[in-house]
Amino acid sequence: MWFFFRRKSSCQVAKDRLKILLITDRVNCSPEMVELIKKDITKVISKYMKIDTENMEVQISAKKGNSTKGGKAPVLYANIPILDLHKQGGQFL
Amino acid sequence: MENNVIVVTSGKGGVGKTTTTANVGTGLAKLGKKVCLIDTDIGLRNLDVVMGLENRIVYNLVDVIEGNCRMKQALIRDKRHQGLYLMPSAQTRDKSSVSPGQMVKVIEHLKDEFDYVILDCPAGIEQGFQNAIAGAQRAIVVTTPEVSAIRDADRIIGLLEANGFGQMDLIINRLRPEMVRRGDMMSSDDVVDILGIPLLGIIPDDENVVIATNQGEPLVGGSSPAGIAYSNVVGRIEGQEIPFMNCEKSISFFSRVTGIFHKA
Repeated sequence: MWFFFRRKSSCQVAKDRLKILLITDRVNCSPEMVELIKKDITKVISKYMKIDTENMEVQISAKKGNSTKGGKAPVLYANIPILDLHKQGGQFL
Repeated sequence: MENNVIVVTSGKGGVGKTTTTANVGTGLAKLGKKVCLIDTDIGLRNLDVVMGLENRIVYNLVDVIEGNCRMKQALIRDKRHQGLYLMPSAQTRDKSSVSPGQMVKVIEHLKDEFDYVILDCPAGIEQGFQNAIAGAQRAIVVTTPEVSAIRDADRIIGLLEANGFGQMDLIINRLRPEMVRRGDMMSSDDVVDILGIPLLGIIPDDENVVIATNQGEPLVGGSSPAGIAYSNVVGRIEGQEIPFMNCEKSISFFSRVTGIFHKA
């Protein structure tokens, strides 16, 4: 679409920031807590496979659902790229 | 009458609660309604100044609650508009001098006598907020198209929901259409999408609001952009179907050529 050729407008930046902010506000979950969850997930999964901790994403985001407010329910979203599936007992830290 | 007690709230300070209260109240009075405005910001009263009634205060809300005067003595009648009354707040007291239960009692007295009782809520979510929402059934949430104001509005909506409010409507204040068109301000659609409550009005940023506040005469009903916008809000509260001002959509080259993405 045509807006691919434009730089990200400050309006879009505001919307993106608000989306994350409000969802963490609504479920009463701070960004620090998300960071802790991310660390723990890394630890657990690293036991079984080698994952790309640099590029993994963990965030609470919205999913269209049957929640009353704005029709969006919070979901914990994790995108964890796998480097090596078979490597057992990978890095712990 | 059902749902005739309305609280105007926002969470964040300085987004236009008092201006909205004054204009909505005055507008409803201009339509021939009997309206009582209550300033619930104890210790920092402002509604009297915006209404231009600051020189006529003798008794206030705290006097009524403490029994120092009768309800009628504290109500200031606005001589410019038939049926418009103001219950001022106390300037030299603090929020703890009123409890939610006492507010409910005051409103019980007033709501049968008036077509509308409109409460101007203080900023914040502490006791002043709890007092202001205690007697109301309906809320108008005021916000501006800024991240901080929207975040606070979202928190307020959550608190109102938890307090059993069924009807909550949104007023987006200080919108600047040219900034929305440039992509440097969230549009009313963006804000409604984020907050998820019905839109009651869009008030454009208008220097006439400052002039009106200087003069102590709400601008609702006038010909300025904000005056017209507030008149529309008043009409919608009265159940009229009034279309929203559509001055903010960004017009992309593609849609300008095809014309299919924009209805007139």
